[in-house]
Amino acid sequence: MSPQGLAAELADDLDRAFPDLVRTLQDGVYSGALRMVGNRHDAEEIAQEAFLRAYRALRAYPAERIRELNPAAWVWTIAANLCRNHHRTRSRRPVTAELSTDPAEARRGPEAETIDHELGDRLTAELRRLTWPMRAAVVLHHVVGLPYEEVAAALDRPVGTVKADVHRGLARLRTRLQEVTP
Amino acid sequence: MKHDRLLDDLGDLAVPAPDSLLPRVLVGTGIVDGYVRRTSVLGDLLVAFGANGVTAVELAGDPGEFVTRYERRFGRRAIPVDRMPPTIARHLDTAIIEGRPGRLPVDLDRLTAFQAAVLRAAATIPRGEVRPYGWVAKEIGKPGAVRAVGTALASNPVPLIIPCHRVVRSDGTLGDYSLGEPENKRTLLEFEGLDTGTFEALAASGVRFTGSDTTGIFCHPTCRHARRAGAAHRVDFASEQEARSSGYRPCKVCRPVAA
Repeated sequence: MSPQGLAAELADDLDRAFPDLVRTLQDGVYSGALRMVGNRHDAEEIAQEAFLRAYRALRAYPAERIRELNPAAWVWTIAANLCRNHHRTRSRRPVTAELSTDPAEARRGPEAETIDHELGDRLTAELRRLTWPMRAAVVLHHVVGLPYEEVAAALDRPVGTVKADVHRGLARLRTRLQEVTP
Repeated sequence: MKHDRLLDDLGDLAVPAPDSLLPRVLVGTGIVDGYVRRTSVLGDLLVAFGANGVTAVELAGDPGEFVTRYERRFGRRAIPVDRMPPTIARHLDTAIIEGRPGRLPVDLDRLTAFQAAVLRAAATIPRGEVRPYGWVAKEIGKPGAVRAVGTALASNPVPLIIPCHRVVRSDGTLGDYSLGEPENKRTLLEFEGLDTGTFEALAASGVRFTGSDTTGIFCHPTCRHARRAGAAHRVDFASEQEARSSGYRPCKVCRPVAA
């Protein structure tokens, strides 16, 4: 369904259309949160909280305002805030503790681990070393697949700044990935 | 432009959301109710809840039929969830084991005011004790509504947690029970420590109340104060009238009433 179609259905009958909103956006919101905060448990909590806040906000909005929303970009304004708050709280704690205390990660078995290693464990780790604005912009644009305008709206930053953050973020990732795998 | 490996790898970091996310969100918003599986003396249960607390308890059978019955009764959809809201998670198992809501939120707002009152009164009967239907009727200020009390208890949506199994006929027979077979009522009462055989034999011999000649107080036979009296001091009564005319006063805890 198109973003406008979804927004129109949400405006007409929120309770009926809201499950479709979640189904449409949940993979993106979860993936984005996962790559921004780094563990599955917190990513699911953030995704859940983002959708709950979105629902409460929509309840209070007049239909006209809902109709004008771009659902993905709008839900991401909420989710990105939650991720940033999480990042702020967590960055005061040691990263090692965070890596080792994720039971969901440990339960996934050796096969999943191997695949992750091959595909992106290195990349995930390097993503998390980026500064917050770069990480958020790279994840939203290249992992979640939001266009620059929506990334800018979600992060409440100018489009030009977001483009520059993505560009610099990618450059930094390339340098670091080459350093470790010659 | 040459193929960009880094962008492919970033794209591959997208993963499907866990199956638990959608149900949690929908139950959290209150658009649908959730249900979980729990264990009890009578076997596995399905326990449903909404934003205001637990709404239904049934013996676990076919989940599809449970959901259909639920929708017919409450006009709401119930979906399975792997996690409960904290207040329910914290108190549900205790409420099932102890047979009283305690601090568990139970949603009686979807019922008639009469049925809710009946269930609240039944919830005050202590574990291992029983009261007649007429007692509940009097407790809620409708002493004439004994049959309606029976009907309200028969459609108790949250059995076990609201212990309708502790309400019995005034002749001492255990009466009907809504959760599975009628014998389940006996199973539950025995599990709670009530000797149902002795209770029924006493009732069959016409005894409705027992008093203590040391205190001059009469009680329902299963009231813990009645059971405290030694056998040598126990006096049996067939009616409230008989007890009162013998100079006994009713216990203030079990407030004895026969229907």
